[in-house]
Amino acid sequence: MTDSKTSETETADLEQFRTETRAWLEANCPPEMRKPVTSDADVFWGGRNAKFSSEPQRIWFERMRDKGWTVPDWPEEYGGGGLSAAEHKVLRSEIAKMGARPPLSSFGIWMLGPALLKYGTEAQKQEHLPKIAAGLIRWCQGYSEPNAGSDLASLQTRAESDGDDFVITGQKIWTSYANYADWIFCLVRTDPTAKKHDGISFILFDMTSKGVTTKPILLISGYSPFCETFFDNVRVPKSHVVGQINRGWDVAKYLLQHERAMISGMGERGVGRPLGQIAADSVGTDGQGRLDDCMLRAEIASFDVDEAALAACAERALDLAKAGQAHPAFSSAMKYYGTELNKRRYEILMSAGGVDALEWESERSKQGARPRAWLRTKANSIEGGTSEVMLGIVAKRILDLPGA
Amino acid sequence: MALVLTEEQSMLRDSARGLISDTAPVSHLRHLRDSKDPTGFSKELWHSFAEIGFAGLLVPEEFGGSGLGFMEVGVVMEEIGRTLMPSPFLATSVVATSALNRGGNAAQKSEYLPKISNGSLLATLAIDEGTKHRPLQTNLQAVRAGNGFKLSGAKALVVDGHVADLFIVAARTAGSAGERDGLTLFLVNSKAKGVAIERTIMVDAHNAARIELANVEVNADSVLGEVDQAASLLDGVLDIGRGAVAAEMVGLSEEVFNRTVEYLKSRKQFGKLIGEFQALQHRAAELYIDIEITRAATMKALQALDADVTKAASAIAVAKARAGTTATRAVQEGVQMHGGMGMTDQFDIGFFMKRARVCEELFGDANYHTEQLAQARGY
Repeated sequence: MTDSKTSETETADLEQFRTETRAWLEANCPPEMRKPVTSDADVFWGGRNAKFSSEPQRIWFERMRDKGWTVPDWPEEYGGGGLSAAEHKVLRSEIAKMGARPPLSSFGIWMLGPALLKYGTEAQKQEHLPKIAAGLIRWCQGYSEPNAGSDLASLQTRAESDGDDFVITGQKIWTSYANYADWIFCLVRTDPTAKKHDGISFILFDMTSKGVTTKPILLISGYSPFCETFFDNVRVPKSHVVGQINRGWDVAKYLLQHERAMISGMGERGVGRPLGQIAADSVGTDGQGRLDDCMLRAEIASFDVDEAALAACAERALDLAKAGQAHPAFSSAMKYYGTELNKRRYEILMSAGGVDALEWESERSKQGARPRAWLRTKANSIEGGTSEVMLGIVAKRILDLPGA
Repeated sequence: MALVLTEEQSMLRDSARGLISDTAPVSHLRHLRDSKDPTGFSKELWHSFAEIGFAGLLVPEEFGGSGLGFMEVGVVMEEIGRTLMPSPFLATSVVATSALNRGGNAAQKSEYLPKISNGSLLATLAIDEGTKHRPLQTNLQAVRAGNGFKLSGAKALVVDGHVADLFIVAARTAGSAGERDGLTLFLVNSKAKGVAIERTIMVDAHNAARIELANVEVNADSVLGEVDQAASLLDGVLDIGRGAVAAEMVGLSEEVFNRTVEYLKSRKQFGKLIGEFQALQHRAAELYIDIEITRAATMKALQALDADVTKAASAIAVAKARAGTTATRAVQEGVQMHGGMGMTDQFDIGFFMKRARVCEELFGDANYHTEQLAQARGY
């Protein structure tokens, strides 16, 4: 945008972009892709072994990919859409209005991509970003370890220098979808003698490398999205380190901000009808058309107030970022509130569903979609840093309260 | 529109903050309270407000005002909330001005708006009659008499009631309490025969009064808007007032929170700064998040008012409900974390708690607005 442009023409350009975007989405998003996500099959993750669950899913993905809109705000040279922040906001709002599903879900998009854009070498960007944008490679994240969950920096997986390579040995846990992933971005200890945060490196490698094994972990929801991941003398070229050797913590922290922003937005995905109407359908209404359970009604109304307020705050967080006024730790605040709110949503959904929401295995319940989703939300306030860790970050980094 | 202040709005905030914090810190309110000041606010300061253009912030330029919008109102109200400055700004410059802007005819506007703008006229809305805010329950009777009406009934929580020159009175010209139809707004001179005013010294030491009208005669020119059709006009005016009070509560919450965090960083117990205790850190962090979310919701509501007052109801309900809950929490945590000191009158924290309680009741509390949202969403 040139300086000579007045704000009026910017606004006019943006309105034209909105009109064109709306028309394009209207013409290209299949009707089946405008319904809320109800099960895992509705989510397309990409990768070498990716399969589409339906023809509309394939069409929607390919059209969005061809337009660069799997990653609308990435530069075009890396497979992105090259949109400005303002245009990206318009696109998001038009997609939300239409209720269109994300064409591609990907830790590469949400987490690794932003970190590579900031810290990667040109060669690393050219190698990995276009494949992420095109859904060719599915990534997983090797952060947590059995004794290093929220205390992430105490991780022990070791990478020993051997010529041009590192040789990696150790174990990761809670590696989401490691059993389906093609590559991993991983934190390893490259200097065991340095202080906790100073000896860590951020490294990328192929999950088919010799010495990598994974084992799914069954959760209370009856699913196993998480794995234990083992590395036994895995050989990785040093050129696969992102950022400087031993300075991986900078990359990790930056990436976590994106992860937290992503998790805090989980409540927005797969949202269909308003809670009050879902509840009215199953609980019934009184003579005045009010939900026939006054306490549940009050709980939902109070939830709606908080959800609308959080949406405003998410919008403001983006606007602040755009204006260069955002606090870097604010994503922790959003992560805390968003995940706690999402848990509240599912408690209400379970309560509104009553007996029906208890069914675990039946056609009618879509194999217990609701109770499984309810149980899944309980991890929201644990993964990506627990609620307690988020509050600690806000207290220390934003409020500047003294360390214990 | 972005949910951040524009450069002009930031400048307005800076000048409001400078003026208000210099001339009316919390000690100003304390002095007015302790001296039982008969006016309840500083006339001198109100003149400064008029000179700088705040008194006529919403008054169109053709009537001598600044012709600004509701985001700007929020900016000033937030600063008022930080120091708890008692001021006719809310009642006169926001609520009454909006009623005149939206409902007034040419004669009414040109008579009153210039005087509001130059600080020589104080006006207020008289609406609530019962213990809780229920606009449609208005029962004050206005009976046709000759060319005009005779008004009889009582109003409570009339902000600045004992100093106002002009009352905007909600009355029932038809129908019965609870109905939307049959409401009318009247402009009533506070000196008119039959008007009795009782200044009610309130918990927060701000101005409010109970007024009683006994066969007060007004002529037909005193009707603001249409006879029997005031409900929609009132909805808009009240929503503007709600947005302004929400902004005051954001300012109040943030100030009490900042003071509390400073205290956590300076007060020692058990040989440590109490801000080192995780229990207190987490509560402070939660409160910070609550305030930030409420601030965003309030800005969203003020922007909605600027875009179209008649379509802002849900955003206003969200903002006022959140602001009430957040302010209540902020002052409670403030007093609790200040320990015994927080309970003393000598300390300022209690002033914030009292003002928050009044702001919560003003124009509907969190329960009222949560209920409004549920109704709007149809469940």
